[in-house]
Amino acid sequence: MNLQLETKNNFKKNVMTMKKLKRRERVDGWLFVTPFVISAAVFFIGPLLVAFMLSFKEYSYLDMISMFEAPWVGFANYLNAFQDSTFLKALLNTSIYSLGVVPIQLTIALLLALIVDSNLKGKTFFRVAYYIPTVTSTVAVSVMFMFIFKTDGILNRILAIFNLPAYNWFGDTRLALPSIMMMAIWSSVGLYMVIFLAGLQDIPTSLYEAARIDGANKLQEVLYITIPLLKPTIFFNLVVSLIGTFQVFDQAYVVSNGTGGPLDSTMTVVLYLYNTGFRDFQMGYASAIAFILFAIIFILTLIQRKFFGEETEF
Amino acid sequence: MNRKLSVSKLIFYIVLIGYAIICLGPFLWSFITSFKPTSEINNFNINFKTLSAKNYVFLWKEFPFARWVFNSIYVALIVTFGNLLFNSMAGYALARINFPGKKVLFFAILGMMMVPGQVVMVPTFILLSKLGWVNTYKGLTIPFLTSLFGIFLMRQFFTSIPKAIEESAMIDGLSRFGIFFRIVLPLARPALSTQFILMFTGNWNSFLWPSLLAQSEEMFTLPVGLNSFYGQYYQFWDQVLAGVMILSIPTILIFLIFQRNFIKGIATTGLKE
Repeated sequence: MNLQLETKNNFKKNVMTMKKLKRRERVDGWLFVTPFVISAAVFFIGPLLVAFMLSFKEYSYLDMISMFEAPWVGFANYLNAFQDSTFLKALLNTSIYSLGVVPIQLTIALLLALIVDSNLKGKTFFRVAYYIPTVTSTVAVSVMFMFIFKTDGILNRILAIFNLPAYNWFGDTRLALPSIMMMAIWSSVGLYMVIFLAGLQDIPTSLYEAARIDGANKLQEVLYITIPLLKPTIFFNLVVSLIGTFQVFDQAYVVSNGTGGPLDSTMTVVLYLYNTGFRDFQMGYASAIAFILFAIIFILTLIQRKFFGEETEF
Repeated sequence: MNRKLSVSKLIFYIVLIGYAIICLGPFLWSFITSFKPTSEINNFNINFKTLSAKNYVFLWKEFPFARWVFNSIYVALIVTFGNLLFNSMAGYALARINFPGKKVLFFAILGMMMVPGQVVMVPTFILLSKLGWVNTYKGLTIPFLTSLFGIFLMRQFFTSIPKAIEESAMIDGLSRFGIFFRIVLPLARPALSTQFILMFTGNWNSFLWPSLLAQSEEMFTLPVGLNSFYGQYYQFWDQVLAGVMILSIPTILIFLIFQRNFIKGIATTGLKE
């Protein structure tokens, strides 16, 4: 065998192994993602397509026909939703809840993060204390607050010390929703504070030093350095918090025993979706409500992205 | 200057301690009440002589709380470990292996993350009931074994580790699976432990799906059990609050033990995307 032939053969061999390796890679890649792809197809993509179909049908789980045979009703489910006073109330409640909870919880979280981040002792303790409500079950939190907020509970007794009247917090149509909002703020401030803290860590200290040389005071530092540079974190928290609040369910369900009461004052979109789908078995209507929720969340995210610019890859 | 600084520091401490009391107060008050007899639950002061663990013993003996604890642990562990394995595998492939359809898959994941989970609730429930999985452990675990966010997190992590390690292993003749299980996965311990805690607490606290899927008392998880128990026993606050503690103390303990990594993990997963 001469040298030329040998090189040629070697080259051929190498090309062969390269091809083999590439094929191997392709197979391996798909093997690695197979469990996820199956799970996503069966429990997400499939149901998503079915939900979309159902939203244009009238179908009850109790019907003797399959959902594929159920009659088409066009946009009736969507149109009905906007004439359904309970759904509109749920939408209003959820909007109030979201517009109240998001700014208050993010402001408290940001203020606490700024204070905890400054040079103080006991940082770890405060971080841990503020985070504990976040890891606690919403069901446990709801039941605990029902105890604290009950008519003869500790909250009203503390108010009495300051000569303030006692309220029936979760039983009063005007106070039930704000009480749930308070609970929500209490249970998630810790999460957003921790994310803000991480964002603060990324701001280079040299900027503050430069500002100090130019004679800036603490407030100016916060306003002109911290807040602008924290914009991506603020954006991230805004989106997460908004999406989360629009999906509120557990608290409203536990507090009102699933009814959204008193008088629909704690009815939320997801609670209504749950009730229409699984208590009344109107699954076509429930699917339409689900897509309305999807549209709202999607639009809110787009608006925020516009508002905060494109600098954040999300 | 110094004086002004110490005044502002004092205000800061008052704010911080005040908020810490707001955070911990409800737990402490409920914790103490769970040891009181029913007749004293509304008393402001604590009578140390009458405190006892009888509420806990009562729940354990008279109600299926032990069963609910078991269900919660069992389901949370299966779901958590499923997620750790499958999310890492998918995340690794998306970060490191070249295969056709990878880009499409990644964008599909980003797209799916924008869809609220409640949208698929109705058809998924119909599917599970057709499969006969309602009120079974299968129904409580199998649909939740992977998570979009978890895959995203692992992909980000795997993109950040140096390629050279894998290349040398490949030259030594290790297969992709070998590389993944023997080299890459052990390196991913920080990301895995963050995910472990997030998934475990998330699943332990999960309420909506288990309330649909666990229909008989012996299949309840703790949140579903506590909700039903509260509905029937709402006047016995000492016992109800003992139930609240059984549900909330495990995640608080896990958090306290791992808090350093946990907070660091949350902080980085939230931002370094």
